[in-house]
Amino acid sequence: MSDHLSSYEPKNAFSKWMDSRLPVMRMMHGQFVDFPTPRNLNYMWTFGGILTFMLMVQIVSGLVLSMHYQASDADAFNSVEAIRRDVNYGWLLRNIHAVGASMFFFAVYLHMARGLYYGSYKAPREILWILGVIIFLLMMATGFMGYALVWGQMSFWGVTVITNLFSAIPLVGGAITKWLWGGYSVSGVTLNRFFSLHFLLPFVITGVVMLHIWALHVVGQNNPTGLDIKTKSDSVPMLPFAIMKDAFALAMFVLIYAWFIFFVPNYLGDADNYIEANPLSTPPHIVPEWYFLPFYAILRSIPSKLGGVVMMFGSIALLAFLPWLDTSNVRSAKYRPKFKWFLWAFFFSVIALGYLGGKPAEGSYVIWSRVFTAYYFIFFLVIMPVLGLIEKPLKLPNSIMDAVLGGGGPMAGSAAAAAPEKR
Amino acid sequence: MTRFVLKGLACLGLVVSLGSGLATSASASGGGDEISRQHWTFGGLRGHFDRAQLQRGFQVYKEVCSTCHGMKRLSFRNLSEKGGPEFAEDGAKGLAETYKVSDGPNDQGKMFKRPGRLSDRIPSPFDNEQQARSANNGALPPDLSLMALARKVEVDHPFYTLPYHMIKDIVTGYQEGGPDYIYGVLMSYGENAPPYKDNGGHLAKMTEADAKANPAMPRCATVVSEPGQADVCNKMSEGMHYNEAFPGHQIAMPAPLRDGVVKYADGTPGTTENYARDVSAFQAWAADPKLEERKRLGLMAMLYLLGTTVLLYFAKRRIWSGVPH
Ligand code: HEC
Ligand code: HEM
Repeated sequence: MSDHLSSYEPKNAFSKWMDSRLPVMRMMHGQFVDFPTPRNLNYMWTFGGILTFMLMVQIVSGLVLSMHYQASDADAFNSVEAIRRDVNYGWLLRNIHAVGASMFFFAVYLHMARGLYYGSYKAPREILWILGVIIFLLMMATGFMGYALVWGQMSFWGVTVITNLFSAIPLVGGAITKWLWGGYSVSGVTLNRFFSLHFLLPFVITGVVMLHIWALHVVGQNNPTGLDIKTKSDSVPMLPFAIMKDAFALAMFVLIYAWFIFFVPNYLGDADNYIEANPLSTPPHIVPEWYFLPFYAILRSIPSKLGGVVMMFGSIALLAFLPWLDTSNVRSAKYRPKFKWFLWAFFFSVIALGYLGGKPAEGSYVIWSRVFTAYYFIFFLVIMPVLGLIEKPLKLPNSIMDAVLGGGGPMAGSAAAAAPEKR
Repeated sequence: MTRFVLKGLACLGLVVSLGSGLATSASASGGGDEISRQHWTFGGLRGHFDRAQLQRGFQVYKEVCSTCHGMKRLSFRNLSEKGGPEFAEDGAKGLAETYKVSDGPNDQGKMFKRPGRLSDRIPSPFDNEQQARSANNGALPPDLSLMALARKVEVDHPFYTLPYHMIKDIVTGYQEGGPDYIYGVLMSYGENAPPYKDNGGHLAKMTEADAKANPAMPRCATVVSEPGQADVCNKMSEGMHYNEAFPGHQIAMPAPLRDGVVKYADGTPGTTENYARDVSAFQAWAADPKLEERKRLGLMAMLYLLGTTVLLYFAKRRIWSGVPH
């Protein structure tokens, strides 16, 4: 945390010389070695590290892929096939990157769910949370444009549907859409600029992630109790404790990731994207990648095009206001007996919206989409502010250490003393 | 602790599959519930191609399908590469030479034809889409190089059994929807669309025997029924062929296979079923020529990662032991 002093001591002449000029090792040591982490973090806290790993994987694999990729409407699809067939281990690279995008989103959804459940968006973590929402938006833009690069049928028609949404904006919509396309329809020109942006955005994300981690290290991590770290006994140093746990969780995550890469690489994709883009033939069902489906369902649940677009973007923008929409001063849902159930209902709604987003927009699917969309907004705009005022939270433990030891009997002090703390 | 790890793993798996399955259920290419899963040697975690089957499959493609369909992403050299049909290199070379490939321009600025080489792509039967359509009654025979990945068998599971099916497919490594579909199409031709009887607005499916007794019965490729309205019979269009597996049940491709049309050299019986199976397997390889390498490397990668994970688990347990958390 901000008042935490690094215990770094330069050992040799060079590091002493360096330390008095550019104390980067001191900074790294303070932030990633002896940084105090709450001792009670569960595995939901490992997704931040996993996300950082995935960002690096996407950047490295993407960089090599772009050495073989051709961003033109005539060559894009063929160049992807050439990567799959003729580039050495090109199939592996492509699977790493394509499956990687899905795993990235999978991790970010769990990361965000963790934040919602344990109230990590509340003071003093508002900026941290808002930076997270910005990262999420940038990720969505990156994922969307990356999918376009394959230039298969679903790429092309997905881009067509989504860019067309902008035409719903009154007065300037048509002009904006043409400007995005770089012409009068989705074409190779659009593809080319998407490639350029898809290359750029991950580096922008990296920058925002740095701010995100900076903000995290100013206020410190939240934890399952939602309590602040009060004394030293509440925390353990990041190395080896948190790092070791993160490493184990990352290994489990990579195990699943590798399963998809090697054994079911096309499970997450759409068969139609193995057909080259054809502007003259519209596929019967145009569906985005799975990680966009809840928002796609929200879009389609509204009968008016403009209304749908507003609701879809609103559903994400709303996240940025959570710190002020939630009026409860208890962070963790663990101690909020009513909120907890509304929150699980919210998680269920998002998954249900994901299911419905993949179904044709007809009949009962539309009705259910409306029900869950309504709940999505009611949860944030009504339940969160109101419940915080009327709900009676459970009794909070005195400290993190007390919670760990189960209520804090006379044992608390002695066990804390026995804990092998380095300092 | 172990229980927690297992729980975590299970949750992770569940959520991945939930999320991803939504995408699967969303894709709409392919046929319906009529298509059943076949056993393929290249399915599952240790899947590999049956060389002889791929060679027979190529023969069926060459002698039957290639009159209408190209496989433009395949080069002759691929036929002798590892992990495929693995024809002897001479064989593939000789085969290439039986094709005429256009090349040029030469010194006089003229295009010319020459015998194929290993590095050439397998030539497509038609020069362009227009020519292909005019030779096929207006329909376009699609290129088959990626067909096995461009189709899936779509089964509409109810939402409450969906997670089970998704997890099952992920865990067993099921990726053969494409070949299942192609095999399904090739095996699902019918003489004619089934006859229906009109029961006061409701169309009931009848048998061929009924149709013989009453030739006036309408034959419908598909029947659309909306609640509160009379059923609508979609009759077969001119020049179309009835096929149970094809979406809409009317396909422009005439049944390409018949018992005995291809003479297999290796003694495999020349049945429609064998042809269909072999040519589907061949397309599975053509669409995913690195499948064997992928699965082989995958097993090693999984073993290595599993070892690392176990080591990390014990290291983590050791470090945290005696630290209340
Ligand atoms: C007489 C020409 C002809 C021959 C021979 C032929 N096909 Fe076709 N095929 C077509 C046409 C035309 C279509 C397009 C059908 C449509 O869209 O209705 C087609 C479509 C297909 C499709 C795609 C179905 C879909 O889902 O869109 C597959 C797969 C296929 N053929 C496989 C084969 C195989 C395998 C063979 C060899 C055993 C073969 N075809 C032989 C003309 C032919
Ligand atoms: C590229 C994507 C992202 C990366 C690489 C990333 C990285 C990290 C890392 C390394 C941490 C610290 C470890 C942890 O507590 O888990 C963290 C914490 C956090 N992240 Fe992210 N993050 C990303 C996206 C997001 C998003 C989309 C949100 C929410 C909208 C978000 C919200 C938070 C919050 C609130 C914390 C503090 C957690 C706490 O202490 O409770 N992050 N992030």
